[in-house]
Amino acid sequence: MSHQSVSSPPDETLASVVVVDYGLGNLRSVTRGLERAGSEVTISDDPDAFVEADGVVLPGVGAFREGIENADSIRDDLLAVADRGQPLFGICLGMQMLLTTSEEGETDGDAAVQGLDLVPGTNVRFAQGQKVPHMGWNELQVERDHPLVAGVDGQYAYFVHSYYAVPDDEGAAVATTDYDLEFPSIVANEAGNVFGTQFHPEKSGETGLQILRNFVEICAEE
Amino acid sequence: MVLTKRIIPCIDVDLDDDGNPAVYTGVHFEDLKYTGDPVEMAKAYNQLGADEFVFLDITASAEGRETMLDVVERVADEVFIPLTVGGGIRTTDDIKETLRAGADKVSITTGALERPELVNEGARAFGSQCIVISVDARRRFDEEGEHYTEIDGESCWFECTKKGGREGTGIDVVEWANEAESRGAGELFVNSIDKDGTKDGYDVPLTTAVCDAVDTPVIASSGCGGPEDMYEVFTEANADAGLAASIFHFDEYSIGDVKEYLDERNVPVRL
Repeated sequence: MSHQSVSSPPDETLASVVVVDYGLGNLRSVTRGLERAGSEVTISDDPDAFVEADGVVLPGVGAFREGIENADSIRDDLLAVADRGQPLFGICLGMQMLLTTSEEGETDGDAAVQGLDLVPGTNVRFAQGQKVPHMGWNELQVERDHPLVAGVDGQYAYFVHSYYAVPDDEGAAVATTDYDLEFPSIVANEAGNVFGTQFHPEKSGETGLQILRNFVEICAEE
Repeated sequence: MVLTKRIIPCIDVDLDDDGNPAVYTGVHFEDLKYTGDPVEMAKAYNQLGADEFVFLDITASAEGRETMLDVVERVADEVFIPLTVGGGIRTTDDIKETLRAGADKVSITTGALERPELVNEGARAFGSQCIVISVDARRRFDEEGEHYTEIDGESCWFECTKKGGREGTGIDVVEWANEAESRGAGELFVNSIDKDGTKDGYDVPLTTAVCDAVDTPVIASSGCGGPEDMYEVFTEANADAGLAASIFHFDEYSIGDVKEYLDERNVPVRL
C-alpha cells in the first residue's frame, strides 16, 4: 500500500462524476478538485449524463431563488438521481437547494421558492450583529457516521455563506460547525445517498480534498 | 472552536523584462526586488499553511491582465484554497473573466469609487461573496472628513485615495465602507498609504474604524512587520484577516511562525 497524499494526482480513475452545469458559478475548481480526488468529470446539464454517472455533484454559488430557478428544467432529473440511489452531492448553495425552502427566496414579497426537498428543512439567515457572510476557515465536528466524513473530524474547512440549513430532522446533520451558534455544516438524507456540505471542499485544502476523495470512493462503490 | 483568523500572503504580480509574470516586493521604500515566480510561490505558501491568497496585478496594463489570468488559472488548478484577484477591475466583464479563470473573489478599488454601481452589478451577477472592495486609505488631520478618530491626541479621518495614494478623492473611508456594504460588497480590504512598506504595524485606528462600521469581514493590510502586528490588529481592531507580503517573501517569518505566535496567545487560527 502506498501512502499517497490526496493532494497528489491519483494513479487511476475510480469513478465517473457529473458536475451539474446550471449556469451558476465557476466550475473550474470543483472539477479540478474532483479530478485530483480520482474521478473523471463531465460538466453537463444533460439528464442522460446523470443516469450514466457514478455520482452527481450539484455545485453553486449565489442566491437560492436564482439557483432554484436556473435548475428548474432539470429538477425532476435531480430528484430521479436521488430516487435511483445514486450519490448526489450538493456544495454550498447546492447543499441549500437540497432542502425544502429558504428565507433567502422570500425577498421582495415573493412566495417562498421550493427547493428539492430531499433533506426536509429550511435555510435561515444568520442573526443580526454577526459578521455576515460567515467567511473563512472553521472547524468540522462530526456528529454521526457517514462515509463522506471519514478522516475529517476536527479539521478545518472554508465557508462563505449568509444562510444556513435547519433540517426538520436533527439527525440529518452529519457534521456541525460553531459560529456563535452551532449549525449543520454537512447534511445527509436518511438513505445516505443525498448529502451536502455548506463549505467548499474544493477550497478547503487537504481536508477538502479528503472529502472529495471520500465522495469519489462512495461513487466507486455504487 | 470558532471562525479562525485568516493569514493571507499578498502576491504582487508584475511582468519581468521578458514579459513573464514575476513577483516584486518593495524594500524599505526603495526599489522593487524580484522575489520569485507567482505560481511556485503560491504552491509553497499553500504547503506552509496560507489560508488564502491575494494576487494583485500591479502592471495595470492589458498585457499584465492577460498574464494575470494565466497565473490565476495555473494556481487555481493546483492550489485548493481561496484566491482573491485584484488590479484594474472596472467592469462586470472584468469580474466575470477573472472568476472564470479560477478566482473566488475579485478585489476592486478605483473601479468602484468611480462607478459605485459596479458593486451592485457584481454582487447581483456573481454574489456578494466574491465582491471585495479595497480601499487605499490615507490619514487626514483636517476638517473635511465625516468620521473622526483620535490618534495621538489629534483628530483624524481617513480618505480614500486612487492610484496607490497619489490621488485623493475627498471620500471618507468609513462612509464608503458603509456604502459599499449596502451595495453588496462581501468583504472589505483595508490598505493604508501611511503604513505601506513601514513594517511598523497595521493602521489599527483605521482598521478599527472600518470594523466598527460594517458587519462584513475585513482584511487588514499594510505595515505588517511580524506576528505581533497581526496579533494587535486581530485583538484590538477585530480584523478577520491579516495580509502581509515582505515578511513572508523575504523569509523573515514563516506563516507557521505567525500562526504559532497567535495560537499561543489564544487567537484562533487554522493549524
